[in-house]
Amino acid sequence: MIRLFANANYDFIKWRRVAFSVTGAIMLIGLIFLMTRGVNYSIEFTGGTLMQVEAHKQVPMSDIRAALDQVGLNGAEIQTFGSDTSFVIRARLAHSAGTTEQTSTEAVVAAIGRALDQSIGVGQYTVGQTAAVGPKVGRELQGKAVMAILLSFVVTLIYLAVRFEWRFGLAAVVATAHDVVATIAFISVMHLEVSLIVVGAVLTVVGYSLNDTIIIFDRVRENLRKYRRQNLYEILNLSINETLPRSVLTHGTTIATTLSLLLLAGEVIRPFAWVMTFGIFTGTFSSVYIAAPVLLWIEKRWPGQDARGARTFGARAPTGATAPDATRPVPATSSPRAPQPAR
Amino acid sequence: MDKRIRGRLWVIGALIVVSIISLVPRNTKQRVIDPSTGRLKDTTVRRLPINLGLDLQGGIHLALEVDQSKGPVPDCADAIQRAERVVRTRIDEFGTTEPVVQIQGRCRLIVELAGEKDPNRAKGVIQRTAFLEFRITDMKGQFKDALPQIDAALRKAGIKSRNAAPSAVAQLFGGDTSKSKSKHDTTSDANAPGVLSSLLFQGQIPGEFLVPEEQWPLVDSLTQRPDVRAQIPRGIELRWGAQSESRSARSYRPLYAVEARPIITGEELTKALARRDPVTNQSIVTFQLSRRGARIFSQETGRHINDFMAIILDGRVQGEPPVIRNQIGANGQIELGSKPLQEASDLALVLRAGALPAPLTIIEERTIGPSLGADSIKDGVRAGVVGVVLVIVIMIGYYRMSGALAVAALTLYCLFTLAGLAAFGFTLTLPGMAGFVLSIGIAVDANVLIFERIREELVHGKSLRLAVDEGFLHAMNAIVDSNVSTVLTALILYAVGTGPVQGFAITLIIGIAASMVSAIFVVKTLFLMWLNRRPNMVTLSI
Repeated sequence: MIRLFANANYDFIKWRRVAFSVTGAIMLIGLIFLMTRGVNYSIEFTGGTLMQVEAHKQVPMSDIRAALDQVGLNGAEIQTFGSDTSFVIRARLAHSAGTTEQTSTEAVVAAIGRALDQSIGVGQYTVGQTAAVGPKVGRELQGKAVMAILLSFVVTLIYLAVRFEWRFGLAAVVATAHDVVATIAFISVMHLEVSLIVVGAVLTVVGYSLNDTIIIFDRVRENLRKYRRQNLYEILNLSINETLPRSVLTHGTTIATTLSLLLLAGEVIRPFAWVMTFGIFTGTFSSVYIAAPVLLWIEKRWPGQDARGARTFGARAPTGATAPDATRPVPATSSPRAPQPAR
Repeated sequence: MDKRIRGRLWVIGALIVVSIISLVPRNTKQRVIDPSTGRLKDTTVRRLPINLGLDLQGGIHLALEVDQSKGPVPDCADAIQRAERVVRTRIDEFGTTEPVVQIQGRCRLIVELAGEKDPNRAKGVIQRTAFLEFRITDMKGQFKDALPQIDAALRKAGIKSRNAAPSAVAQLFGGDTSKSKSKHDTTSDANAPGVLSSLLFQGQIPGEFLVPEEQWPLVDSLTQRPDVRAQIPRGIELRWGAQSESRSARSYRPLYAVEARPIITGEELTKALARRDPVTNQSIVTFQLSRRGARIFSQETGRHINDFMAIILDGRVQGEPPVIRNQIGANGQIELGSKPLQEASDLALVLRAGALPAPLTIIEERTIGPSLGADSIKDGVRAGVVGVVLVIVIMIGYYRMSGALAVAALTLYCLFTLAGLAAFGFTLTLPGMAGFVLSIGIAVDANVLIFERIREELVHGKSLRLAVDEGFLHAMNAIVDSNVSTVLTALILYAVGTGPVQGFAITLIIGIAASMVSAIFVVKTLFLMWLNRRPNMVTLSI
C-alpha cells in the first residue's frame, strides 16, 4: 500500500499570513498588468470580426498586414495560430469604426477577404472560421458573464448555508472569490484572450474550487462533532491533514487531464486549458489557505453556538504568536491519530 | 448477500444494455448538394447518434434582428415571429437536414445550419423578402389531363417507373371520381403505369395531389425536367405544400397544380388576425385588404365562387386551400372549422409575414469550416485518450486492485456519459469535449474519497468488510455536497451561455450524474463481488 501524506500533521493554518502575502502579490502583479495592458477581450465581447485562415503556402505576415492596411483595416490585428501558415485576423469594432466608414461587420468580412486574395492569392488559402459580432451582442455578453459569476456565488452561499451553516458558506464564497480574482490576474499576466469559453473555464474553476473547499469543510463538520474539546484552529488543521491524501490524488488526476488538454487538444481549447490548469492550483490553495483561515476569522467575529472559534483567538496573545501546544489537535478519544510530538 | 449482488448486477447490466442501444449507429438523413445537378438531395448515412455542435462539424450560426436602420419597427416581437415563419418555410432550401431556427429572447432570431458551407447562399435564403400570393387551384383538372403526355415524355426519355404500384391506387383517396377514372383509362391504354402518375395520388380538392413523403424529392426532380415542363399546360404551375400530411399512418407531401396568375399578392394585405368565432366556435382568420386590393379581390372572387384558393408563401402552399364561398371585398375571413386556434394563428402569421416583410439584419455570424471541426475532433480525442491513460496509471499505481476496479468503473462512466448525450439528444461541442476530458479527472474523485475513507477505517482497526461498508457510507456526504455544488455552477453556465458553452455545461452535468452511478454503485458492486469471492482475505489491495 502506497500512502502519501498518511498521518500528516502539518500546521497549515500557521502559514496563513505568508499565504495571504503570496496571493496578494500575485493579485497585485495581475492588477498592474490589468491596468497597463487591459483585458484582451475576444470579439464576442467587443464586437468585431475574426477570421482564421490556413494559407497553402508560406506567406510573410507583413504582406498580409500591408494588404489589410490597403483595404482600410488599419486597426486589425494579425497573429499566427498554432503554425506558420495559419493566421488569425481580428478587427475589433472600436478600431475599425474610426478608420473606415464601413462599420457593418459583414463589410469587414468582405474587406478581409479582399486583403487575403491580394496578399496570399485567390484560392491559395482556406478559411477555418469566421465570426462577426455586432456591438450589441458583445455588450449583452459582458453583462451575462459578470452575472453568471455573481449568480454562482449567490447560489453557492445559499446551498452551503442550507447544507452547513452560513459561516461556512461565507468562507467558501470568499475563497471562491479569491480564485476568480487570482484567475483574472493569471489571465491578464498571460494575456489570454477572454472569450466565452474562458469565462466558462473561470466558472468551472469556481465549481472545482468549491468542490475542494466542501470536501475539507465536510471533514471539519464531522470533526467538530467528533472532537468536542478541540478549538476550531486545531480542527481545521486536523481536517486539512486528514483530507491531504485525497487532495493529492484528485488534483493529480485532474492536473493530468488538463495538461493533456493543454498540450494536445489544439489551439481552440488552449486558453480554456490554461485557465483550468491554473484554476486547479489556485482552487487547491484557496481551500486550505483562504477558506479555512477566513472561517476562523468569521467564527471569531460572529461566534457560533459552541463559540470554539472565539476561544481560539481568545486564547492567543494579541501579537499573533501561537503557543505550540494550542496548534496541535488532542482528540478526546484514544484514536491512532493521536498527535505525535512536535516535529 | 449473494442475492444483493445479483440484483446490483442486473441493474448494471440493464444500464449497459440501454447505453449500448442508444449508441448503436443508425441511419440518419443528410442533405448534400449534388455536384452534378447543383440541387440539394437527401442521402442516408450510418453514424453514431451523437449530435455534433457547429464547432465540431462545421457550419453557420447566425443571429438576426429586425433591421431598424430604415425606420423604427414598432412591434419587433411580432416582426421577428413573422420572420421566423418565413425562414421556416424556406428550411428545405438550406443545405442541412436539421436547421435550428429559433427565437431568442423577444426580438432575436437564431439560425444554425450545421454542415452548411456557403454562408452567402444561406444568408441570401434567410434575408430574401417574403412573397405572398393567392392563386386559384387547377379547377378544370388541366394538369391531370396532361399526365399521360408527361408520362409518355418521360418514357421517351428512358425513365422507368421505380414504383410498380398501379395507378389505380391513385383513386385511394376518392375525390373527383369521374376525372380520375378517365385518367385511369388512358394510362391503362398505354399498358404500363406512368412514371409520374403512379407517384401521384388524387387529393381531396381539385388540383391537389399527394406524394408519399419519401418520393417527393424524386417527383420534384421529375417535374423540374424541361421535357416535363413543356408538357405542363400553359397557365398552370406546380407548387409544393409547406408541410407533409399523414393519412393512414403514412406521410404524404401535397403537390398543388395552381393557376400561374395570382389573384392577389401580399402587398394588398393590410391586416390578418386569428380568433375563435364566438357563435360557431370555429377557428377563423380575418384579413383586411387595401382599397385597391379590395377592388381586385371582389372582382376575382366573384368569378371564382366555389373554387379553391391556395395561399402561397415563397412558393409553398400554406395549409389547405380554402374554398371561396362568396364575393369578398375589403374584409374577408378564412374558416378553419374545428381545427385548433393554433393553426389559425399560424395562418394569420403567414398572411402578415407576406403583407409586412420584416427585413432582417445580421448581428452575429460565425462560420466554422469543416476541416477545423475535424481537426478539433481529432485533437480532442487524442487529448482525451492521453488523459484517460494518465488517470488509469495513477489510479492503478496508487490503489492497486481497488484502483483497477475504479478504472473498470471509469470505462462504464465513459459509456454512460456518451449514451446520456445520445439519448437526450444533447449536442457535443468542442468545449463539451474538453468538459468530458476534465470530468474524467474529476470522476475518480468520488472513488478517491471512498478509498481514502476505507484506508482510514482499516487504520482504525476495523475488519475488511466493515471498513468497506463504512468507507462508502462516510464518503457519501462529501461526494454529494461537492457534486451538487459543481452541478449548480454548471446549470448557471447553461442558463447564461450560448451554443458551445451550453454544450460544455451539459457534458459536465451528465458526466457528474454518470460518475455518481459508476463511482458509487458500480464500484461498490465490484467490491462486494471481490469480498464475496475471497472471504478469507486479510489485507485489502487498496
